[in-house]
Amino acid sequence: MAVDTHARQLAGLDALELAGEQRAGVASRAWARLWPMLTAVALVLVAWELVVLSGRWPEYVFAGPITTFQDLGHRLGDPEFYQAVATTMRRAVTGFALAMLVGLIVGAAVSRVKVLRAAFGALITGLQTMPSIAWFPFAILLFGLTESAITFVVILGAAPSIANGLITGVDYTPPLLLRAGHVLGFRRLQLYRHVILPASLPSFLAGLKQGWAFAWRSLMAGELLVIIAYQSSLGEQLAISRELSDSPGLIGTMIVILVIGIVIDMLFEAADSALRRRWGLNPV
Amino acid sequence: MTTQVVDRTTAVRLEAVSKVYGHGGNGLLALDKVSLSVRPGEFVCLLGASGCGKSTLLSLVAGLDRPTQGEISTAGRQVAMMFQEPALFPWLTVSANVEMAFRADNLAKRERRIRAGEFLEMVHLGGFGKKRPHELSGGMRQRVALARALAQSSSSSSSSSSEGGAVLLMDEPFGALDAMTRDLLHDELERIWREQALSVLFVTHNVREAVRLGDRVVLLSSRPGSVVEEFPVELARPRRTDSAEVAGLAATITDRLKEEVLRHGH
Repeated sequence: MAVDTHARQLAGLDALELAGEQRAGVASRAWARLWPMLTAVALVLVAWELVVLSGRWPEYVFAGPITTFQDLGHRLGDPEFYQAVATTMRRAVTGFALAMLVGLIVGAAVSRVKVLRAAFGALITGLQTMPSIAWFPFAILLFGLTESAITFVVILGAAPSIANGLITGVDYTPPLLLRAGHVLGFRRLQLYRHVILPASLPSFLAGLKQGWAFAWRSLMAGELLVIIAYQSSLGEQLAISRELSDSPGLIGTMIVILVIGIVIDMLFEAADSALRRRWGLNPV
Repeated sequence: MTTQVVDRTTAVRLEAVSKVYGHGGNGLLALDKVSLSVRPGEFVCLLGASGCGKSTLLSLVAGLDRPTQGEISTAGRQVAMMFQEPALFPWLTVSANVEMAFRADNLAKRERRIRAGEFLEMVHLGGFGKKRPHELSGGMRQRVALARALAQSSSSSSSSSSEGGAVLLMDEPFGALDAMTRDLLHDELERIWREQALSVLFVTHNVREAVRLGDRVVLLSSRPGSVVEEFPVELARPRRTDSAEVAGLAATITDRLKEEVLRHGH
């Protein structure tokens, strides 16, 4: 009798404690996020048009939003535009993937081995603060005006952030979870695999996000400097637009670069909030 | 399998165990020659004011830390531990958290899941295996932690599984819970302790909780921690925390505890 009563009492308490929790509908949540963004975009467009209207610069130097978007709409029908985007994205993804690999290996090694930490810890943080464009002359010297030069700098730009994200995550593994893992019989590599690495995931993700931002910046700088013949890219289009004084084309390309950056940042944001939801890290 | 012979008369034995943190003149003596033993199947409560080194003592028995001096033996038994916080892994489901206890066992994934389910059933959380820890209440999480500890104490990686005498260390496991939940969990723990023939070393600063649960209450002094007195609890089970018998013995122990605390009052 006693067991049964306890079970029912516990079930009653459980039900009481888990009650509640309601979420608004998808549509209203989407709208709540969307309208401030749309308002901001509208404000920027108005400000832009006002600056153009002020007549400080002639229309052929600083195109207004209407001309720019007409031009951009035109280019969206042109296959060359998509080739340029594809080239740039291929470089970004390759460079970022390699940076992730390097960052993972370096981060794992440095976070585990004390001597490596003492030797390279400060250096990695130092590299993170170094503007990656400063690497380009050296990269061009090493690799010439090739894609390797760009990839090299993209990796140098992104890898330190990714490594640092992992190192921070390892350092901030909750001691309680380490103790729990230890009591469960995990030692060394097993502890690393089952407790430390999963626990450092949020920080690693933050490192990836920051690494992406650095990679994207390095790539744009690289594409402006390292122009490879017969290979259209977003950076190359920027450079050409400037040479041809094609103001609408130039601003249009900048908008494309901005939008791609925002979209990818939103993907990281989505991954991060999915993780937070699963782990219950969201403030109630 | 280890060749170690399982001691049938003691489950946990501490002999003149001392623990010093730090070195030389600055060293802090946390435990001073503590000798203590827990018989197989016995429920021992460690009681003391703050700074008595009760958590240190459990860490030593769990192997999380080494004693500076003295001997600790758990005689080849499986040792599981529960903390004041549930210490569940937030990236795993409730079931996967319990399954972690079988990692060393070489079981198939399916088998692990089924056995984890049995232990969740034991703490009346059978239907919650697929939830995440944060979706449960504090009391439920602590029951998951209990299920994980029980799963571990049943784990076959210990040589003693057939002897039935795993050791369960509990470091104020119900300290953060409300009184009603705590009462229910006391009943649950008592039932499971009997069914599984566990030897329990239970740390608390709550005198009534110690009397409610323990076969024996061991009182520790503070700074440094050492055994002051032991109180056998010869009250019939099941006990109630609010019964007069429990309250009476608790009052006696509390008085003794106050004397200990007073020694530090100058």
